[in-house]
Amino acid sequence: MLRIDRATYDAIVAHAREDHPDEACGVVAGPEGSDRPERFIPMLNAARSPTFYEFDSADLLRLYRDMDDRDEEAVVVYHSHTATEAYPSRTDVSYASEPNAHYVLVSTRHHGERTGLEGDDVEFRSFRIVDGQVSEEDVEVVESYLFGHSPTTVVYD
Amino acid sequence: MAIEVRIPTILRTHTGGNKTVEGSGDTLAALVDDLDAKHPGLKGRLVTEEGKLHRFVNVYVNDEDVRFTGALDTQVKDGDSVTILPAVAGGC
Repeated sequence: MLRIDRATYDAIVAHAREDHPDEACGVVAGPEGSDRPERFIPMLNAARSPTFYEFDSADLLRLYRDMDDRDEEAVVVYHSHTATEAYPSRTDVSYASEPNAHYVLVSTRHHGERTGLEGDDVEFRSFRIVDGQVSEEDVEVVESYLFGHSPTTVVYD
Repeated sequence: MAIEVRIPTILRTHTGGNKTVEGSGDTLAALVDDLDAKHPGLKGRLVTEEGKLHRFVNVYVNDEDVRFTGALDTQVKDGDSVTILPAVAGGC
C-alpha cells in the first residue's frame, strides 16, 4: 500500500494538469528504507511528449547524487498518461527498475485539450513493478505524516 | 589507483550488495569487461547482444553522459569515477 500525504498527492495531480497534454513526471524521495514519500521533486519531461516521458540524463544524475547525499531513495516514481488509463504501459514496465518504488500513474485522459474544466478528475493509481510483473496497490491519502491517522482537525488548547 | 564505479540498487545483486566497485581499463568497454569478470552478469545488464549500451541505463564518466562522449569507446583512466543509473522513462 502507498501512504501519501495530501499535499504531495495534490502536487502530483497539479503537475499532471499543468503539463497536460504532455506527460508529466517526477519522484517523491524519502529516507532510505522508510517507505515514506516526503520530498516532492517534479522533473522535466525531456521528451516533451504526450506519449513518452524521460528524465533528462543530467537531471537524473543530479537527482540521484542529491538523494544519495541525503540518504534518500525514490519512494514514488510518478508520471501521467494524457490519453490512456492510469495503468503501466509495456514501455513503462520495460523501464521500471526500482523494485522498492511505488510507481504512481495519473491519467488526465478525460481532459481533452485543456484541464481545469468541471468533472475532469485525475485518476491516481499506484503499482509495484517487479521483474516485469505489475501489481496494483491501495493508495491511502493521509492529511499529514506528522499526525498519521489522527483526525484532520487538531485542536490545541 | 583504479576506476571507481557506482552501482545502482537494481544491479547490486551482481556486486554482493556493494554500492561501489572498482575496475580498470582504457575504455568503458574494457572496464565493463573487467567488471564482468569480477561480478558475472553485470555486462549483460549494461550492454546489448549487439554490443551497444542498453537504452535502459545511463552511464556517466566524471558526470558526463557517455552517450555524448563515444559510448562504450569513451576513454577512461585511473582515478575516474563512473556512475551507472537506470534511465527513468516510459510512455503510454
